[in-house]
Amino acid sequence: MRLVTVAGPPSCGKTSVIVHACRHLLATGTPCAVIKFDCLKSRDASAYEAANIPVSVALSGGLCPDHFYATNLEEAFAWAQGEGAACCVIETAGLCNRCSPHIRGLLALCVIDNLMGIDAPEKIGPMLRLADVVCVTKGDLVSQAEREVYRHRIRQMNGRAVIRHVNGLTGQGCQDLSRMLALAPEVESLAERKLRFAMPAAVCSYCLSEMRIGERYQKGNVKKAVFVRGLAESPADFGDADAAS
Amino acid sequence: MPLPDAIPGDGAIQLRELSLTGGHDKSGAPESADLVFRVGEITALLGPTGSGKSRLLSDIESLADGDTPSRRRLFLDGRAPTDDERFELQGRLVAQITQNMNFVLDMGVLDFLTAHAESRGVAEPEAAARRVLMAANELAGESFAAHVQLTQLSGGQSRALMIADTALLSTSPVLLIDEIENAGVDKGQALALLLKSEKIVVMATHDPVLALSAHRRLVFENGAVRHVVARTGEEAAALKRLAGMEAEFSRIRAALRVGGKVE
Repeated sequence: MRLVTVAGPPSCGKTSVIVHACRHLLATGTPCAVIKFDCLKSRDASAYEAANIPVSVALSGGLCPDHFYATNLEEAFAWAQGEGAACCVIETAGLCNRCSPHIRGLLALCVIDNLMGIDAPEKIGPMLRLADVVCVTKGDLVSQAEREVYRHRIRQMNGRAVIRHVNGLTGQGCQDLSRMLALAPEVESLAERKLRFAMPAAVCSYCLSEMRIGERYQKGNVKKAVFVRGLAESPADFGDADAAS
Repeated sequence: MPLPDAIPGDGAIQLRELSLTGGHDKSGAPESADLVFRVGEITALLGPTGSGKSRLLSDIESLADGDTPSRRRLFLDGRAPTDDERFELQGRLVAQITQNMNFVLDMGVLDFLTAHAESRGVAEPEAAARRVLMAANELAGESFAAHVQLTQLSGGQSRALMIADTALLSTSPVLLIDEIENAGVDKGQALALLLKSEKIVVMATHDPVLALSAHRRLVFENGAVRHVVARTGEEAAALKRLAGMEAEFSRIRAALRVGGKVE
């Protein structure tokens, strides 16, 4: 089965783009299935169901959605296989913009929209930097010059990805994307595969549902920033050394 | 003041002419003629709303290959683009200027223009950006400073900046203009600046001066081109008369704007 991971900030059009691309895949005889990882609530299942795309939604609830994603990958993969899919798309919530769900050797897609602000390509970091394909949505709402400047910024962050402008509403550009999905690398099992980027380290008292504020309640992997004028001591971009795909 | 030239950079697309084979109108009747658009030539699109002007613009933009409702096919320099060329041209063939566009990016004007020049591989991006800014301020009624945020520009200032940027920094060989008469800028000056950039210009308009400024007019009806009218000598004379009236109009407007009296 082919596997594609899709990441992107909330409301940038991930679901719309995947629905359009999967519709083209289905029309050309490639059965697909979608797994959506989200936090609290997701209405996206109905968008997939309306297009007759098999979908399963997994909600992380009180857990870090990215850790939850990593620990459930094999099971998600098995479900898609059971659905008879030839192409499995995993859509992730992409919430703290610190993570990248992408897996080494498998197709990695990042969706970002043109309305997010000029620093967005830098802010969302690894999910964009480590993607193979970057789809830019909402380009119809900005000027051509803005599209070009934004694309330039994306290129500065990721020198090798294929960058495509797509329209999540009309589906323009999604047929081309579906051809890329149809050529995604195939994989028999996800066991022993590696992520492209380390997840944030956790396990402090707040991971275990602590709600009180104060140093005496903070235990485990606790890191204190040093606040100075300007940039407070920035936590190291750990995981980067392990980022090569 | 002489009009500034386009600024050279990377990635210019070479194109001499673009043609569309005749399609069908909304009732399925064939369009009579094939259409050829050449560099340096202005074509005006005329006709009521819904008559097919926008369809023609989007047929050009999407490199129509018999796959749009009009069934037109597009050719570049006499041949259909290959799949690779189609991919290469995606979003780059056409620059578009519309009446209701505003900027949304959170950048200062000069930073934005510099980034745009940089993305085009222009030799001295900041100097290029300043030239665009100067040209934009020539067009805008109320001039604006380099550090102003794009999103703080008025509608007219935004369009002035877009027009100047398109004229001086855009690599697209085709320019589609939608009702520039409503853009809140000096339309004559805007058109002169845009034409300086050696592009294929297709302009939807309801304005008689702009329509007569074009070398020819396509008149639409029921989704198809019904008439192709080349500008005659009499019309060129009529354009001069109308332009004189417009100048008078502008003179009075300018006087009223600064609290003057009309004599």
